[in-house]
Amino acid sequence: MGIRKGMEIALAAAEAVALCRPDVVAAYPITPNTHIPEHLSDIVAEGRLDAEFICVESEHSALSACMGASGAGARVFTATSSQGLLYMAEVMSIASSMRLPVVMALGNRSLSGPLNIWNDHSDIMSQRDTGWISLFAAHGQEVIDMMIQAFKIAENGDVMLPINVNLDGFQLTHVVEVMDFPTQEEVDAFLPVYKPFASLHPDHPCSMGTLGLPEIYSEATRAREAAVVNSKKTILKVWDEWEKRFGRKYEPIQSYKMKGAEIAMLTMGSMGETAEVAIDALREKGVPIGLLKLVLWRPFPYEELKKAVKGVKSLIVMDRCVSFGGPGGPVASEIRSALYNEPGCPDITNYIFGLGGRDVAVEDFIKMIDKVRLADKKRPKEHYEFYGVRGE
Amino acid sequence: MNTLQGYPVGLIGNFDLYAPKLVDREEYFTPGHRACQGCGEALAVRLMCKALGKDTVIVSATGCMEVISSLYPTTAWKLPWLHVAFPNAAAVASGVEAGLKALKRKGRIPDRYIKTVAMGGDGGTMDIGIQALSGAMERGHDMIYVCFDNEAYMNTGIQRSSATPFGASTTTAPPGVASMGNKTWKKNLPEIMVAHNIPYVATASNSYPLDFMNKVQKARSIKGPAYIHCLSVCPTGWRSPSETCIKMGRLAVETGVFPLYEVEYGKYKMTVSMPEKLRPIQDYIKHQGRFRHLTPEQIKASQDRTNLEYKKLLSKIEHSKSWSEMSAE
Amino acid sequence: MANKKWPEDWQDVTTGCIVFEPGSASQYHTGSWRAQKPIWDNTKCIKCGVCYIYCPEGCIIEKEDGFFEANLDYCKGCGICAHECWPLAIKMVEEG
Repeated sequence: MGIRKGMEIALAAAEAVALCRPDVVAAYPITPNTHIPEHLSDIVAEGRLDAEFICVESEHSALSACMGASGAGARVFTATSSQGLLYMAEVMSIASSMRLPVVMALGNRSLSGPLNIWNDHSDIMSQRDTGWISLFAAHGQEVIDMMIQAFKIAENGDVMLPINVNLDGFQLTHVVEVMDFPTQEEVDAFLPVYKPFASLHPDHPCSMGTLGLPEIYSEATRAREAAVVNSKKTILKVWDEWEKRFGRKYEPIQSYKMKGAEIAMLTMGSMGETAEVAIDALREKGVPIGLLKLVLWRPFPYEELKKAVKGVKSLIVMDRCVSFGGPGGPVASEIRSALYNEPGCPDITNYIFGLGGRDVAVEDFIKMIDKVRLADKKRPKEHYEFYGVRGE
Repeated sequence: MNTLQGYPVGLIGNFDLYAPKLVDREEYFTPGHRACQGCGEALAVRLMCKALGKDTVIVSATGCMEVISSLYPTTAWKLPWLHVAFPNAAAVASGVEAGLKALKRKGRIPDRYIKTVAMGGDGGTMDIGIQALSGAMERGHDMIYVCFDNEAYMNTGIQRSSATPFGASTTTAPPGVASMGNKTWKKNLPEIMVAHNIPYVATASNSYPLDFMNKVQKARSIKGPAYIHCLSVCPTGWRSPSETCIKMGRLAVETGVFPLYEVEYGKYKMTVSMPEKLRPIQDYIKHQGRFRHLTPEQIKASQDRTNLEYKKLLSKIEHSKSWSEMSAE
Repeated sequence: MANKKWPEDWQDVTTGCIVFEPGSASQYHTGSWRAQKPIWDNTKCIKCGVCYIYCPEGCIIEKEDGFFEANLDYCKGCGICAHECWPLAIKMVEEG
């Protein structure tokens, strides 16, 4: 089943999206995700994909055009990073509130300044409250699988929400891997034609994007929150179906060597792959350590997290982003908040590292873990600490 | 009773509209909307929808017309309508147009011609929305963009925009000891649209309903981008009595402040005949409270510039040739 | 806002706040806003339809006999029809 091919992950993402037969693609180039819209336009030009490719003049217009097309009832796709994501930030929340299923590939890149085109998670973290479903891919196979799953999740009648698939800029987008691609027939069987519950057509006119007075805004927001939270049910069902059809299992939090683990490290995105090697090395030495890879970021997987950290005494949360003047990295803040009332909640250490594409090797992971593992119990713990910063 | 009954449709369909009673009686923009009394923009929108007919999708920018017509859970629109945000009506409309095109091609919607029409105020078109508008027109989407120009950011309370005329008082460019009100001349967006080389650009006014509706119908028949700039009188913002709404629009044309013309494939044409000698702009501005602070010198400066701009337009009307004429030479 | 019914429960809010009843704004009678209303003098009216075309509300209707009148549920009393009527057949009268 499937065709095994080796290619750059960004190009693979475009191929995966093309398999989903989007109707409209509107995207603006920004390093490091440019290869995704570029390759999609190649596929359209080659006649392999029947879609309208709109060369929009900005990212704001990219998401706006996608929303217009989605409102008309079309399947849409866009891709961006960092500054582009911020430029479309005005419309991000609107896409969610209008319940338009837009699929976006986000090549995670640091936010300016200083201007930096390399990888970290500050772009998506700045948009985490916008009501989008967020998935994090750790390697190429996950990228292409999630691209296809994203359409099914977003367009599901119980969900109808925009979704972003996060892949680390350069660390994933520009890396060549071997991946199993589903065939067009397999994707067609998995992903039916998009049937919107409402669309812009004179045969059944409706008004989308209405004005909400104070008398209704709270109720509308409550309804939207319920939609985002309830989407988890559909996500789990889609992942179940994916496992049955393609044999690859997806869970909101993936565990690696967690059996008997007293220490756990939690990662998101491609850093998890490097962390796995570090975990292996430490396990060889007999350290009871395991790895948790957070795949589903929004809606936040509370139950799965609580289950995953049962028995863990020390949790090391890795953040590739800092919330300035705040309680630390965004991921750690949310993990701490999620586990606050849990009996037997582990000690949580927060490392902020790998910012702006700073390379983090296996040895660095081992050093970070050892620092926590072998720490003097009497020394007060920092809320968060930077790793790998010269002079720190 | 509609006095139109008894006329075969084909006879009327082939004529430019020339009488109010021949207009389509269907109200696609229903009463019950919350516009101010005497709103020229609401009138213009109502007329535009009559000219467009049922097979239309309207994309609106944030502004007066969006806010007064779509109070959840009601809507004044009988046409499919979409509003996203302030600067992106043209971008959203590009998406709608592309979406409908793809869906029709793939057989997912009936094979009927549906026009995408984007509308925005002068703020959402000429200032914050100019990027999206330029992009959409340049890409050649089959859509109409109608700018309802009431010469300030009216919905937020009459702030200055690039469409605000010289000397007008707005809340962010008010007159006073240290200021004369708006210091700059109105941005000529129709000319910017002509420079985008789109097939059809026109200026219109809510006070010349049949001219406006004919232009909308012409724009609808063009298979490509079209732009209509409709001067919409705002009695509230212009500080004039609500019943003079139509009169103000007429005076704007008769004084040469806002001549009504169209540019079809590069050829300029005046669509409402102008008097040989234009009326002085004093006739126009004396009825509007937003100009009452102007000194005679300032009015003279404004008159001179109005004459100049009008001369520029007349020169274009006289000398311009359509693209096909030019190519044939 | 008196005529509008807000959903009792957040679960009743339509998905995406989409409004599926076209033209439902007519449930709200803007006629309550006006301070004066138009009265037609049909001895002067020439049935040209200018008042009908210039009404921003679209509330002037042509009757069976070809004369016009304003739907007082929506008329805001702006006075445009009276001002534009060529034969001066419309007068604005103070609301009672």
